[in-house]
Amino acid sequence: MAEPDKTAELRNPYLALLGGKLRSMASYRTSFAVELLTNAGGTVIDVATVFVLFQAAARIGEFTLAEALMMTGLTSAGFVLADMTVGNIDDLKRYVRTGTLDAVLVRPLGVLPQLVCMDLPVRKLLRLIVGIGVLVVAVGMNDIDWTPARVLLLVISPLTAAVFFGAIFVISASLAFWWVESGEVGSAFTYGGRDFASYPITVYGGWFRAVFAYTLGFAFVAYQPALAILDRPDPLGLPAWAGYMSPLVAPAAATVAWLVWRAGVRHYRSTGS
Amino acid sequence: MSGTDARVLTISPGTRSRTSITTFCALLWSGFRRYATYRQATAAGAFTNIVFGFLRCYVLLAVAAGAPGGRPGGYDPEQLATYVWVGQGLLVVVGIWGWTDLSDRIRSGDVAADLLRPVPPVTAYLAADLGRGLYGMLTRFVPPVVAGLLFFPFKTPDRWQTIPLFAVSVALAVIGSFGCRYLINATAYWLHDARGPLVFWTLASGVLAGLYFPLRLLPDWLAVTLWVGTPLPGLLQTPLDVLVERDGPAIQVGLVALQAVWAVVMVKAAAVVQKRAERKLVVQGG
Repeated sequence: MAEPDKTAELRNPYLALLGGKLRSMASYRTSFAVELLTNAGGTVIDVATVFVLFQAAARIGEFTLAEALMMTGLTSAGFVLADMTVGNIDDLKRYVRTGTLDAVLVRPLGVLPQLVCMDLPVRKLLRLIVGIGVLVVAVGMNDIDWTPARVLLLVISPLTAAVFFGAIFVISASLAFWWVESGEVGSAFTYGGRDFASYPITVYGGWFRAVFAYTLGFAFVAYQPALAILDRPDPLGLPAWAGYMSPLVAPAAATVAWLVWRAGVRHYRSTGS
Repeated sequence: MSGTDARVLTISPGTRSRTSITTFCALLWSGFRRYATYRQATAAGAFTNIVFGFLRCYVLLAVAAGAPGGRPGGYDPEQLATYVWVGQGLLVVVGIWGWTDLSDRIRSGDVAADLLRPVPPVTAYLAADLGRGLYGMLTRFVPPVVAGLLFFPFKTPDRWQTIPLFAVSVALAVIGSFGCRYLINATAYWLHDARGPLVFWTLASGVLAGLYFPLRLLPDWLAVTLWVGTPLPGLLQTPLDVLVERDGPAIQVGLVALQAVWAVVMVKAAAVVQKRAERKLVVQGG
């Protein structure tokens, strides 16, 4: 294991973890290529679904394809960014069940950063390009009245969306600290949240929208920022400045995630096996 | 299927049909019992199905509200709601995702034990899978359908024969899905690890079986090509179209017949591939 750059790795142990991951990936090239393609394919199918649905109806929830695509683009760019960085935290239930988490806990490093570095999914890189590509196409399809504030919002929104989705990923995964067999419950909020935010939230009804959009905050991932960028009044009545609230909602979600995670790690008792 | 050409010695299952039916039922029951032990996962999964039911149902109803004539793909809003919620219920019953039993056993070499048994592997796995489907029908099918019924108006069938036809169609969907999954898993006999084919399968099966949107929203030529040329619409779209009575009685029966053809083809193909695999199989590690 004696590498020439050992001192550098010792100085930054996270670099060592990442390096190990990269080396293991380089030894299975075909499998890596397949994963690269299929991961991007998932996002392509999600976006294609939006096109198919707008083929059947010119307007969905009072929005045109171009406007809806703005929301899909912001969501997919943000989601993929979050999925690439902290998405593999999903595996926490496996680590808890198999006891791998114990090995992580005894190291003198942060638990969350370690888990993130244990599997940096470079295979999702192509997916990120597709996600950002959708956003670029959406910007091209809309006739936007550019102001400095809107340019800033367009640049910052995918990042705040990523922080928000990252928080959702961490909270859903933390469920495993209390309920090991939580199975797919987390996906309802991570992938479900992504699907929710990909469409104009006017399509959802009553309490379901109230829960996902405003209580959990998914309205601020893409819908409100997109309205602000497009200069469209909100059919649901929120003022125009609501679009500029996302940079506040995302850190709030991240704080909640950090508290839940900390409580989870403290609550954790090893399975003993 | 006496296994005479297999390298590994198999005991001939014989021809007494009564014993083989008893064995088949015992294997089916074992599949049922195995999945009945995962109670918490069942509850967790049902919750997720319900959330996705709301998401897809609202989106498709909004499409109907915006579509000219209010009938996208020829479905009215009640048919769409039924389509989405029953589809969420059937998702696990049909089990298009997440079955890696065979490829795992091939990779670990445990599959050798399957070949020693007096029942051909395809038959044994099919029996267990039907048991899995039956358990899913009793547990995972009901929660999304009830949740949907509480919040959305459903389409009730106008023709009595729709109900038995739906039951047959669901059974055929499970068998067809099993055939597909067996084939995908069996690639591990040659590749040692079926992960690549499995990911491709997950990607293609969801969208082409009609889970994300009814395939009738696609252009006609594409929908017909998928129906005739692939087994995928038979996994979800056909039973759902039968239940919501999307077509007249004749086409309804025709779709199930087409589904049956594909189910038989896929299971036969699985048996052929299994035979070929046994001929070349080298068990891992000796």
